Amino acid sequence: MSETYRRVADEHTPFRDLVPNTQPDNNAPEYGSTHKRHPKQPGLRTPQTVTEIAGPRFSPSHYPAVIDLSRSGGHEAMGERIVVHGRVLDEDGRPVPDTMVEIWQANAAGRYNHPNDVHDAPLDPHFKGEGRVFTDAGGWYQFTTIKPGAYPWRNHFNAWRPNHIHYSLFGPGFATRLITQMYFPGDPLLALDPIFNTVADEHARARLIAKFDIEVTRPEWALGYRFDFVLRGRDTTIVQE
Amino acid sequence: MPIATSFQTIGPYWALIEHPEMADLTRFGAAGENVVLSGRMTDGDGAPVADAAIELWQASPAASETFPGWGRCACDRDGRFRFTTLKPGPLPGPGNAQQAPHVALTIFARGILTRLVTRAYFDGEPLNDADPILGLVEDPARRATLIARPDGPGAWRIDIRLQGESETVFMEF
Repeated sequence: MSETYRRVADEHTPFRDLVPNTQPDNNAPEYGSTHKRHPKQPGLRTPQTVTEIAGPRFSPSHYPAVIDLSRSGGHEAMGERIVVHGRVLDEDGRPVPDTMVEIWQANAAGRYNHPNDVHDAPLDPHFKGEGRVFTDAGGWYQFTTIKPGAYPWRNHFNAWRPNHIHYSLFGPGFATRLITQMYFPGDPLLALDPIFNTVADEHARARLIAKFDIEVTRPEWALGYRFDFVLRGRDTTIVQE
Repeated sequence: MPIATSFQTIGPYWALIEHPEMADLTRFGAAGENVVLSGRMTDGDGAPVADAAIELWQASPAASETFPGWGRCACDRDGRFRFTTLKPGPLPGPGNAQQAPHVALTIFARGILTRLVTRAYFDGEPLNDADPILGLVEDPARRATLIARPDGPGAWRIDIRLQGESETVFMEF
């Protein structure tokens, strides 16, 4: 008699623990803003209930998509136009469809369209720096933008942030919420950046760096980059069939 | 197997994705008991956290076309935030336990590399005493950081302290 086993998970199944050393510690002394903002008490370990396992749903009807950041008001933004695409998968390699991806970034000169950004670099009236896309059935997303510039910050003497794009993702449950930053390959500032280096695991850090993608590069128009996300997978139960 | 992507801080300029209407979860025409949940966020020096994003998520009432169950609010110059939502009801908990009405709150900010998650329960709810999550916090003073207090008709207040004295209980799951 042959026995088969199957791993089972459904929408009520809790999510797996995060892998040690692949996530930053909120107590990160090299990053000055953490000093007064990280909790001193250990986090309360709680079971996942419906509050953590379920999560919000977003549809373009309530949250309109903005897939081209490189134009505003009918005008082209200044800078190097790029296409960024990739997949949102879970830890079992399954696509995460219909999930909202929010994007924000500095302009080509390294300046955010934000009143608190006082860096002495020009604002671009045709670059707002906000995007919003949704993954398709295969978990794919794509948008067009301008490559963001590096900019100084006052964390330490001569501190500069590497070029980066900010991302916010939701996924299937409250437990899968993710906010992160995508970096660019070959950036010499990465080795010096206290925020990037809060991730202890070098392979996990490397996964925050996009890859140049000639397949998505459009002739006479824009360079392409690929950046994939992995959201927490569900715990599975092994059942005998 | 793939490993979940690392968090990075939301940073100081996240307001590019801020839309003030997101703090009103009733804006799509939700019907039910409206409540206002407000508070103030402070850091380890007691100074206002003026550039934080706070997100609210509640699994009850169930999300629908008219009720997203989710909202986002920017803390203002004084660290204050304010949501308008529907009063949640009880929810099933682990085993046969029932959870008292609550909302989950997520904090993202410059200087926070991942996210901080806490809950707001409602003072005086009979189910609070038997709530399986509140029951994990033994110290009554710490448990009190998870309970919103009445703040006028239909209004509740919960303050969030990221660090130090009366530090809010944050959860990991």
